[in-house]
Amino acid sequence: MAEKKIRIDPITRIEGHAEVVIQLNEDDSVREALFKVVEFRGFEKFTEGRPFYEMPQITSRACGICPVAHLLASVKACDQIAGVAPPKTAVMLRRLMNMGQIIQSHALNFYHLSGPDLLMGFDSDPAKRNIFGLIDSQPSLAMRGIRLRKFGQEIIEKVAGKKIHPGEWMRPGGAKWPLTQERVDYLQSFLPEALDATTKTLDMWKQMLDGLQEEVEHFGNFPTHYMGLVTPDGGLEHYDGKIRIMDPQGKVAAECVDPTKYADFIGEAVEPWSYMKFPYFKAVGYPDGAYRVGPLPRLNVASYCGTPLADEEFKWFKKLGKNGVVQSTFHYHTARLIEILYCIETVKQLLEDPQILSKHVTSNVQVNNFEGVGVAEAPRGTLIHHYKVDEEGMITYNNMIIATENSNIAYNMAITQVAKKYVKARELQEGMLNRVEAVIRAFDPCLSCATHAIGQMPLDIRLFDASGRLLDRKLR
Amino acid sequence: MLHVTLQQGGASINPNNVRLRINGSEVAVPEGTTILKAAALNGVEIPTLCEIEGLTPYGGCRLCIVEVSGTSKLFPACTTPAAQGMEVTTQSPKLYEYRKMVLQTLLAERTHICAVCVANEHCELQANANNHGVDHVMYERNWSCESIDSSHEFLVIDRNRCILCTRCIRVCDQIEGAHTLDLKFRSKSTNVIMDQDQNWGQAMSCTSCRKCAKVCPVGAIYIENENIEFTKDRDIAAFLSKRRRRSR
Repeated sequence: MAEKKIRIDPITRIEGHAEVVIQLNEDDSVREALFKVVEFRGFEKFTEGRPFYEMPQITSRACGICPVAHLLASVKACDQIAGVAPPKTAVMLRRLMNMGQIIQSHALNFYHLSGPDLLMGFDSDPAKRNIFGLIDSQPSLAMRGIRLRKFGQEIIEKVAGKKIHPGEWMRPGGAKWPLTQERVDYLQSFLPEALDATTKTLDMWKQMLDGLQEEVEHFGNFPTHYMGLVTPDGGLEHYDGKIRIMDPQGKVAAECVDPTKYADFIGEAVEPWSYMKFPYFKAVGYPDGAYRVGPLPRLNVASYCGTPLADEEFKWFKKLGKNGVVQSTFHYHTARLIEILYCIETVKQLLEDPQILSKHVTSNVQVNNFEGVGVAEAPRGTLIHHYKVDEEGMITYNNMIIATENSNIAYNMAITQVAKKYVKARELQEGMLNRVEAVIRAFDPCLSCATHAIGQMPLDIRLFDASGRLLDRKLR
Repeated sequence: MLHVTLQQGGASINPNNVRLRINGSEVAVPEGTTILKAAALNGVEIPTLCEIEGLTPYGGCRLCIVEVSGTSKLFPACTTPAAQGMEVTTQSPKLYEYRKMVLQTLLAERTHICAVCVANEHCELQANANNHGVDHVMYERNWSCESIDSSHEFLVIDRNRCILCTRCIRVCDQIEGAHTLDLKFRSKSTNVIMDQDQNWGQAMSCTSCRKCAKVCPVGAIYIENENIEFTKDRDIAAFLSKRRRRSR
């Protein structure tokens, strides 16, 4: 097994090596833990001087897992530069594609990446604690996950021609080609199985949660702000709408109706020890303005889902926290399953609308505005692309706030909490390492540690004493 | 024009024909015919990039090199006339390696990133590279930062993708008759320019006929907002030159 590895390359803007540094006090207790991302990509700089309509294809290469989210945020910024509204069918197709993307990405995290920890135990044999171990021990469950992920990928392929990096289909002003009846039929035939897999897993997860209360309590369980897109009346939204920021108590702290004003609400701090920036809520400041994005915050900020089955689960979910605010990062998993349900129901609705087959999928595009901001919900949270262009449509400024980045302050809070709870001795234990990894996985960041190859994570954990002496280092 | 192909051992009908062997088969073609044409007339395909039917040959890319017996020198088939008694080889391990080198130097010279190129999957450089097993470039890349001119209403030139095949220049001059496009400077600094090195939008002689975009083998010249598979038309020069000859 050791020679066989799954390689997904290239992956994300911050894919690659993550480093955790745990700092100890004099008495060997944990002072803090730092989550370092030590890779530099440079998309914002090297896209300067390129024509704006190339941006969806170039920037989506930032990530092989969620290229669709980048395509959407990017193409929406381009739509604004062109000053055009894409035809309704194009918007429906983009939404459909995004649903497919969220289904596949969430299924990947729950079944393939976090599943081995959750379903086989955090302290189980690391050699078997992977998707293949899961296939051996719980074949029907593993198969459900694999099929569900396939469903998501198939949606993307049927809409845009390719499962990964379907950039050619996307164009400012709409899309390049329409959907065919044959493809709609195929996707509809897959729906019952996908729905069945999700409801079964959700039922199982609810029963399991009783036995996981320690994890719920200690895996990144702290108050922060939350951010996500919502519809004009506050429903769950992934493609358009307004950005809502909610405070830790569940009150709406800010609403950014016009996404071009995102910079009024979000600041970006930089730390010398990480290439991943630290966005924060400006009204509170850095670092107290930490906020989280992704499935859990999306459900926290939303007032309803908008599809029948998901809305029922949503009501149950809201009861897990105070004032409808669920603050344990561990419940990202719960939120992820509810979102899959929502996505499947939304896919069903979209496919049943005859308008989805219209051949009119694009508007003509030229430079009419010199600035555009596109916001979309990636599986991992709110994603922002901000471009400025010259008169010829060449990019002069590009700022991208990647979904994973948004929760950066919270990652560090979460791993510190887990390290304080589980690191007691001067020797690192495997089970402790895995819990640090697991809390990172719960966020599902787009790092290679989230997409770790079989039982392996490119994670470097160092233990320092109070004088700064390196006590121990575990490289994986 | 009468072209006669002979089986081995046959006799030439036209006294102006030259007889040669291509990959061992004896053929006869009118005097002055290039090796490339002679091969094509006899069903032998030689890979090309700068060559395009309907325009004068340029001999710039060197992809169509062939072996000729009696000399170790390689000849570009597009500009070398077939000669009496010549023995030409169009496919050999040596030629394959040299063509592979040619393609890699082209890829290394400027910035070719297929994944985000407008011509992806509709690119002759990419197709030739695939056919020759070029899965990486062994030379250090230049990572050029040439200019992109998008000042024309709909035509765009991204010089980072240009392989200097001059198809656009030749079609503009020989078919459209405008001669808007030309080359400036030499060697590494060479670039396609419009009129007196002006922005395309200011180039008065340009008739916006789009033929440059149609014949561009790569994604260097394209039409904004148009799917490249609709733009590209490799036969446009041959088609128009034939029609124009007829109308004269």
